[in-house]
This record gives sequence, C-alpha cells and structure tokens, in this order.
Amino acid sequence: MADPMKIRANVVGDSTEVKVLMSHEMETGQRKDAQGKVIPAWFIQSVTATWNGKTVLAAQWGPAVSKNPFLSFKFKGGAKGDKVQIAWVDNRGDKRTDEVIIA
Amino acid sequence: MDRARRNTLKHGGGATLLAIAAAAGWLRPGAALAQAQAAGWNKAAFDTQNMADTMKALGGGEPAQSKDIVFFQTPDIAENGAVVPVGITSNIPKTESIAILIEKNPNMVAAVFDIPPGTDPTVSTRVKMGQSSNILALVKADGKYYVAAKDVKVTLGGCGG
Repeated sequence: MADPMKIRANVVGDSTEVKVLMSHEMETGQRKDAQGKVIPAWFIQSVTATWNGKTVLAAQWGPAVSKNPFLSFKFKGGAKGDKVQIAWVDNRGDKRTDEVIIA
Repeated sequence: MDRARRNTLKHGGGATLLAIAAAAGWLRPGAALAQAQAAGWNKAAFDTQNMADTMKALGGGEPAQSKDIVFFQTPDIAENGAVVPVGITSNIPKTESIAILIEKNPNMVAAVFDIPPGTDPTVSTRVKMGQSSNILALVKADGKYYVAAKDVKVTLGGCGG
C-alpha cells in the first residue's frame, strides 16, 4: 500500500482550491537497471476528486507525470468543514483514497 | 538522444508487458510486472507519438490555435527535466477537458484532465520531459479542440537512460 497523500483544500472566495501531493514512483518503463533490464512501467493512471459525492475533477495520466505527483485545481462551491476525496488507481491495480476537510 | 534506439527499447519492453497484461487484469498489486488497467484509461491516446495519432485516439479533428489558453508556472528553461511544473488555464467557454502533451517525449500525452461544470478550467501539475520540446496544451471546449504551445528548454533530461 502506498503512502498517504498530502491534501490541502482551502476556501478562496467562492471556490475551493485543492492541492494534492501523492506518493508514487511513476516509473516510465523507459529506464533500465544496472543489469540492463528494462524497469517495468509503474504509474498512476487515473485520479478522481469528489466533493459531496460529485466528481469535481477526473484525470487520466501517463508515465510522463513526475514522480510523487503534484496536482492543483479549483472548483466552485465547497464550504469549511466539507470533505474532499481524492482517489487514484495505478497500472498495477493498486489504489489509494484519502480525504481532507476543507479549511 | 538516439530516437531509433529508444523506440526499439520501448517496443521490446512493451510487447512483454502487453502479453502479461492480457492475463493480469485481476492480479494483486505488487505482483511482478502486473499491468492492470484503470477503468476508463485511454490506452490508445497514451501510446501515440505524433499529433495526428493523438487527435485520432482522442476522437477529435485538427485543433485550432488559440490565444485563450494560458500557461502559468511553466518555466522557459527547466533545470531538471524530471520535474517540470506546468500550469494551464483555459479561457475558452465550456471547457470540457485539458490535456498536457509533450512534443518530443517518447509518448506525447502526459495527462488528460476532465473538467466537469463547476470546476475552474485551470490545472497545474508536474511532468517529465526527455529533452527540450514544446509543451502543448490541448483544450476541448464545446466539442471542439484548441491548442497552444510553449517552448521549454531542458538542461537535464528526465526520462532516464
């Protein structure tokens, strides 16, 4: 199981700004190890953000997203105390979901 | 960088992975080489190497150049190609999705963000770049595609090798 994400959600005017830092290797499948064998690709493929049961952002990623990916976005609405959930799935089928309370 | 060699490597490695992936949908995480696929992941789009193929995989026509797509936080010169910040804002009404494409990466598409109504058409993330290249922001708005480019120079490549 991967490490927890660091998520921050803040109310900015009438919107909520969400910043996420995920912990993931994001191996491209292009690199080789010391023996010259290709290191298999291992990266997050899908990211979903939900607020009050509504999807506020859905992303599909390729291996070109950096290691320990950072993501920030903004959505209209959201009040202090609401919960924002972020979920990702990687190409090995590993999953992680974390949530944060909007501050 | 030797382009042919890189392609060979990629295809060589890819074939093995694909063979395993066919059988591996249900494998537990951590199993060596398991290549499951997240639901809805557009594999075709992430395998493309040029703009025409990318557009075909995304199901769109030739994108129109647009000045309403703005890059922010994106450097002109990136010291480390492994971590290049990219921020994109679309000022086109009814923006449905924003994709980040890197012209000279082995596979062009880095990320595709679906923007549901109510979410600002602004995303920012960090990507890897193998070499100096154009970063393209491809925006789908009201069923049409728009594109804007920004040239980013990389002093240290980020795709290993």
